[in-house]
Amino acid sequence: MSDLVKLTVEGREVEVPKGTMVLEAAKLAGILVPHYCYHPSLPVAGVCRMCLVEIEKQPKLAASCATPVAEGMVVKVQTAPAREARQAVLEFLLINHPLDCPICDQAGECELQDYVFQEGRSATRYDEYAKRFNPVEEFGDDVLYVPNRCILCTRCVRFMEHVADEAVLNVSERGDRAYIGIDEGHRLNHPWAGNVVDLCPVGSLISKDFLHKARAWDLDKTPSVCTGCTQGCNVTLETRDNTVLRVRPRTNERINRHFICDEGRLGYPWMNRADRLEAPMVRQDGRLVATDWERAFAAAARLAGGGSARGAVALVSPCASNEALAAVAALLTRLGGTGAFRVREGAEAPLAGIPNLALRKERAPNVHGALAAGMSRDWAGVAGRAAGAGLVIALDESLEGVALGSAGVLYLGTVLSDPARAHAAVVLPCCNAAEEEGSFTNRDGVVQAYWQAKAAPGMARPAAWVLSEIAERAPAGATA
Amino acid sequence: MNSGGTGARGHGGIDTARLPRVFEGEERKELDAVLAKYPTKQAALLPALWIVQRKHGWVSPEGMAETAEVLNVTAAYVRGVVTFYTMYHQHPVGKHFVQVCTTTPCGVCGAEAVRDAFVKATGSKRLGETSPDGNWTVIEVECLGACGFATPVLVDDDFIESVTPEKVPGIVARYR
Amino acid sequence: MGYPHPPHPKETPVLSKHFGEADARTYDGWVRRGGYKALEQALGMTREQVVDAVKASGLRGRGGAGFPTGLKWSFMPKEVTKPHYLCCNADESEPGTFKDREIMRWTPHALIEGCAIAAYAIGAEVTYIYIRGEFTDPWRVMETALAEAYAKGVVGPNAMGKGKRIDMHLHRGAGAYICGEETAMMNSIEGKRGNPRIKPPFPAQSGLFGCPTTINNVETLAAVPHILVNGADWYKTMCLGNPKSTGTKLLSVCGTIARPGNYELTLGFPLKDLLYDLAGGPLPGRRFKAVIPGGSSVPILTAEEADSTVLDYEGCVAAGTMLGSGGVIVMDDSCDMVYQTMRLAAFYAHESCAQCTQCREGTAWTTKILQRILAGQGQARDLDLLLDLADQMTGKTICVLSDSCAAPVVSAIRKFRPEFERYLTTGRQTA
Repeated sequence: MSDLVKLTVEGREVEVPKGTMVLEAAKLAGILVPHYCYHPSLPVAGVCRMCLVEIEKQPKLAASCATPVAEGMVVKVQTAPAREARQAVLEFLLINHPLDCPICDQAGECELQDYVFQEGRSATRYDEYAKRFNPVEEFGDDVLYVPNRCILCTRCVRFMEHVADEAVLNVSERGDRAYIGIDEGHRLNHPWAGNVVDLCPVGSLISKDFLHKARAWDLDKTPSVCTGCTQGCNVTLETRDNTVLRVRPRTNERINRHFICDEGRLGYPWMNRADRLEAPMVRQDGRLVATDWERAFAAAARLAGGGSARGAVALVSPCASNEALAAVAALLTRLGGTGAFRVREGAEAPLAGIPNLALRKERAPNVHGALAAGMSRDWAGVAGRAAGAGLVIALDESLEGVALGSAGVLYLGTVLSDPARAHAAVVLPCCNAAEEEGSFTNRDGVVQAYWQAKAAPGMARPAAWVLSEIAERAPAGATA
Repeated sequence: MNSGGTGARGHGGIDTARLPRVFEGEERKELDAVLAKYPTKQAALLPALWIVQRKHGWVSPEGMAETAEVLNVTAAYVRGVVTFYTMYHQHPVGKHFVQVCTTTPCGVCGAEAVRDAFVKATGSKRLGETSPDGNWTVIEVECLGACGFATPVLVDDDFIESVTPEKVPGIVARYR
Repeated sequence: MGYPHPPHPKETPVLSKHFGEADARTYDGWVRRGGYKALEQALGMTREQVVDAVKASGLRGRGGAGFPTGLKWSFMPKEVTKPHYLCCNADESEPGTFKDREIMRWTPHALIEGCAIAAYAIGAEVTYIYIRGEFTDPWRVMETALAEAYAKGVVGPNAMGKGKRIDMHLHRGAGAYICGEETAMMNSIEGKRGNPRIKPPFPAQSGLFGCPTTINNVETLAAVPHILVNGADWYKTMCLGNPKSTGTKLLSVCGTIARPGNYELTLGFPLKDLLYDLAGGPLPGRRFKAVIPGGSSVPILTAEEADSTVLDYEGCVAAGTMLGSGGVIVMDDSCDMVYQTMRLAAFYAHESCAQCTQCREGTAWTTKILQRILAGQGQARDLDLLLDLADQMTGKTICVLSDSCAAPVVSAIRKFRPEFERYLTTGRQTA
């Protein structure tokens, strides 16, 4: 007896595992049943009543998010009773919902706007005294709650209780007096709390960081991978005018489901730093002088020659892309030498309700890419050889505390103020992760591509390209 | 319509800064007896809140926090429950708490006049607001389940049936 | 009989036989009146035999839904792999209903006995009797009686010495009509907000604490001992109307009527006789205008319609309403139907748990429209709007509170439209 069930949704036949809810089966048939409270990563609530569909032979409309499929079920989403029920839900939601669209951040990506535009009435019949006037509340350091806009879908409450395992949000009061409450003593500062802003279908839970920054439709969206730790959560970088304005999770069932932690969510400002290395520089008479790429490459190649004589040491950042690290590894093989990295650590913060999802201790995206490229964790050991080496390659690393002796330092970096410049013979400006495409390998060995979201400043280029150009020009070195 | 969270706060000059801990001594024993009746700690929440209200006169934030601690749930969770059930006072009330049913079966039998009589006889300025002397809070409530004995009134835990406006001053006098 | 009236010859006193007798509250007084024989008998039968007896009797849920009780019990798993629970619904909050309080405060042992038999029949060792917080008197009486029952060993670890554990606990509600809904009640017992649950899962599969659970009304459970002692046939033959509606029902008569109170009648009894004969008819100088036979959540009948309505489940449906909880709310010609419709809508708006959009917003919106009409600012389209809202509030939500708000609103507008229209045209009740 098969575990699959065949049913028809809007005339399309689909086969799904037993126990699947009708709403999910409809998705597989290519039909989106409008809904609010349902979310695949949250326990079913069935409260918004938006997902009502008609099921043949059943006298009442059924909530498709809470109705398991049955063999031979015939589901209709667009029949008049279902459409009218959805239209009624929208009208009911709008009677207390303020006309905030002109000042609401959610506009343009608001599910209330979307469904009202798609299926709602063109005018409300609500003619009573005006709506609610409750003040905006600061739930946490980043999350604001606008009670007047809340449609009480309870996604936020269920997320904090069942996924974050910290039940600090509740539904308070009853009836149309109900609102989302937070305990007086508590702040919504759980490491994963920012997800409630994404989960909120309307502009009731909003981010202070994004408050009034940009309109949703002005944002360009680029798929990327979070650079915060080794989890490798998939994200979308949202930019306008070449500035990253917001980071949001991108669904990946295997790695981060629908969520990212607040470190990743709010830790993007460095992508927009203005104090950037914008030109290649070469040391002449003790001073770094800006030059063009050809001359810089020539200088770098000469440095590499020094490396071929006495070996090379590479001190790399575990934030570098697989491609850049591969180029470093190739250089090291050619010139003879070793590479190492060190990684900043922080407290691990799991998202309790999702298996294998946490803000990881190692706060860099490509630790495992670095290891795969042959870089060692023995930073002290490798750095100790720098003084005796012919060439030190610093890939976005500050070289703090490293004795360099007479080694020639080839520095690839992004930020102007980096102290490593002081020792470098050649300084090459590189892109940060928002300005190039590349890939990272996460802690489970999954290789994931990220794409270019904004233009690099000045003459900065992807580190992988820079290193490959140097390799092309470097003399064929003695083997190690 | 009831004395819930939106009612006026802090009446009767009650000093809430020094509320004693609830679940000690006798009350702790009582809670332990309650806990023995259910397979989960959480199920003791409604009974525990009744104990808090009995001791403090209302369900104070301190009481909620202590309840949360003792039952191993979050304070936000407790607050969500407290604000759902209308019999838990979310702020201090008068020494005597009067609930007058005015739902339709009693409404058509003159319940609103009984309600108004209580407001007047207790010296309260209006429904839901504690009287200036701190002795009375009168609210109207939904069906008390004694419709054949209109109008039923709860004064504290005393369920008084068949109240008419004429009887009200006498009832109020009994509690002075 | 309905306390405090003397028994009327047309009543069938079974549950109410000892209302008003203070002595009936005690264990000894109850035993003298034949109490606890049924429990002894039940403990000597198998679970299935007890269930079958109740099935055969035709007893249906007296809280409002009218679901066949024996059938409900048979949904419980035959094999007890997880604890089974019985919940006794003593939340009695349906406006117009005041029968369960009488059963509890006059014959508490009847309820205890009924619960014990039911618990045994469904394989439950623990029963929770959920008493609404406002029922301070019934609580005290039940507390005393339960302590007696434990002391006498009729309930406890070895009920009546027959080796079965029957434990019973009182659980106090705290002011929420919606906790009378069976799944909301389970959430309330579990220490949560009284939100109704989506079904499936059904309580008999996964209810209280995730275990198989049956929820029964006080009046339903109080009937069980009588069925066992007198036999299912005896109960089945108490029937004046449709054979699917058997036994007696406590009708709680209230509102503008001469003799309000509970009246115990055989099902199938004519509503007209109850109103004019037993309950004494209208107050001096008045005429009946409207009657709601089953608690405020069922459609309103005009006085004319009430005259031809039969008080059983099918009879009320045939009259376009429902028997419901049997709370007979009577309104005479001094009542303002528009005002009372508003007051009922306000009740539902106050009690909505806030989960479902239609209920949370619709009950409040309905109330506001009616308040505006009462304030003389009604508009022509308001009545059709109310009917449309009521339509969208029916059959679309997790529980039927939303439908319960719609029912009186729709029936009031349909049957008393001139009163509404007077408000629309003149801005006042009377022309």
